[in-house]
Amino acid sequence: MSVVLAQETGRGPGLAPAGAKRRWTRLVLPVYSGLVLFYLVLPILVMILYGFNASGPKRVSFRWQGFSLFGYTHLFAKPDLTTALKNSLFIAVVSTVIASILGTLIALALVRYRFRGRGVSDFVLFMNISAPEIVLGASLLSLFVSFGVPRGILTIIIAHVMFNIAYVAVTVRARLAGFDRHLEEAAQDLGAGPWITFAKVTLPLIWAGILAGGLLAFALSIDDFVITNFNAGTTQTFPLWVYGAVKVGIPPQVFVMGTLIFGFGVLIALLNVVAQRRRA
Amino acid sequence: MAAGVQQLAKPKTRLGKRLAPYLLIMPGGLWLLVFFLIPIVFMLSVSLQTGNLEGGFAQTWHFHRYIEVFQQYRPQMVRSFAFGTIATAITLLFGYPLAYWIAFHGGRHKTTFLFLLLLPFFVSFVIRTLAWQFILADDGIVFGTLKSWHILPAVISGIAYNFLPFMALPLYVSLERIDRRVVEAASDLYANKKDVFLRVIFPLSIPGVFAGILLTFVPAVGDYVNASILGGTNTTMIGNIIQLEFLQNFHYPVAAALSFILMGILLIGIFIYARVLGASSIEEYV
Repeated sequence: MSVVLAQETGRGPGLAPAGAKRRWTRLVLPVYSGLVLFYLVLPILVMILYGFNASGPKRVSFRWQGFSLFGYTHLFAKPDLTTALKNSLFIAVVSTVIASILGTLIALALVRYRFRGRGVSDFVLFMNISAPEIVLGASLLSLFVSFGVPRGILTIIIAHVMFNIAYVAVTVRARLAGFDRHLEEAAQDLGAGPWITFAKVTLPLIWAGILAGGLLAFALSIDDFVITNFNAGTTQTFPLWVYGAVKVGIPPQVFVMGTLIFGFGVLIALLNVVAQRRRA
Repeated sequence: MAAGVQQLAKPKTRLGKRLAPYLLIMPGGLWLLVFFLIPIVFMLSVSLQTGNLEGGFAQTWHFHRYIEVFQQYRPQMVRSFAFGTIATAITLLFGYPLAYWIAFHGGRHKTTFLFLLLLPFFVSFVIRTLAWQFILADDGIVFGTLKSWHILPAVISGIAYNFLPFMALPLYVSLERIDRRVVEAASDLYANKKDVFLRVIFPLSIPGVFAGILLTFVPAVGDYVNASILGGTNTTMIGNIIQLEFLQNFHYPVAAALSFILMGILLIGIFIYARVLGASSIEEYV
């Protein structure tokens, strides 16, 4: 396309492609990419900005009404929002711990053993990751409805573990790929039993992978809306509360909490990067 | 192998070795069996029941329901797939040049650009969508034109926005992985830049394109948060109907049948993907 353009502007055919190409990689592509990155970041900036909008305690207005720290000074002034956030954190911690253990065990089995049913296990993980959330949520609700299981914090935890196991398994497995099994054999040759070998050799080596999988699970859990929506009953989580408030008005605390969660997540990610750099 | 000799000497450990993978898989596998696979069977069962919340539901093998719901909700079904397709095309259009630029021209700041690409994941999905409402709203700070700027593009751009990282990341992974020597070889053999891209780089990035399309299209078709927050009555998607029938009208069979149809259609795509590129290939991108 740029070749055609260059020729139309009357440049010589021998010179045009090089000049046009350079313009393409030096100007068009960076500007385009920059705009796409801006598009990605824009809603985050809006969230941070509106946390400071001085539009009263009830709801943040779309219109900018001046700078205020109200949302920050009255962060926990909405008891039901605070409860929802606490629920979200509790659910995320519990489901992350369970999913990390179960997912890591699956990853260990898939990396170190060839066994009948390996292909099926692989496919179930793939299905679980690629299935639409709404189907996961609706089918789990069908199960609970069929058995008359009351929906609440327990069913949310069950659901979150269900969609997190596969993510943890896949993440840990990716980190396990370069694992040197001779280290374990060495430990066993030196007289360590299977449990000691696991605790002193295997676990320290795969710990980084488990941590990565666990962080991913935590992030997915605290953010999940669709599956939680189906299996929550009357229990509120942070995303559910925000969704419910859309119709009646979003209080400033929502944007402030979103900003704080964002800041915390970015901080952890940066620390992780720094730690990895230092190790390397 | 030393371990083999040991195994022969101790048949007990050998049995343990054979059982070990199953013991490791069992806890998580059972969880997925009970709360992921079996529920799909129950969803099918519920979809064939008749009754209501007060009188209870009974299994009547009402297969006709599938035809009923398909006829009743065909517009929403078609709309979901149309929105999903357009949004996926937009993410590809936005994501590919971005991923290409970061992978091949990112330079020293590659990590920074990748980090920017990941930033939306640190903000709750609902809040991200909500932020778009504030951007597009009548007296919002950026456009101030939600009404004049029709609701329909708002929903589609909201979906495209939310799933863009799912497209861009696999694209980046597949582009980054391309052996630069292959690209250089093409140039050395007098391919111009266009040919290098069209004949070498793009074909090698196709697995990433497929993965990106799968990871974007599937959640986009099933999404209802964007349509609910950014849309109106003329943007209702199939996800909105499923959640309405399940959670507000308590028409469990109707909702279950719709979910099953949605899953069936998307499964065909997922199966094709798995056959062409292999089930484990997707895992390189998540």
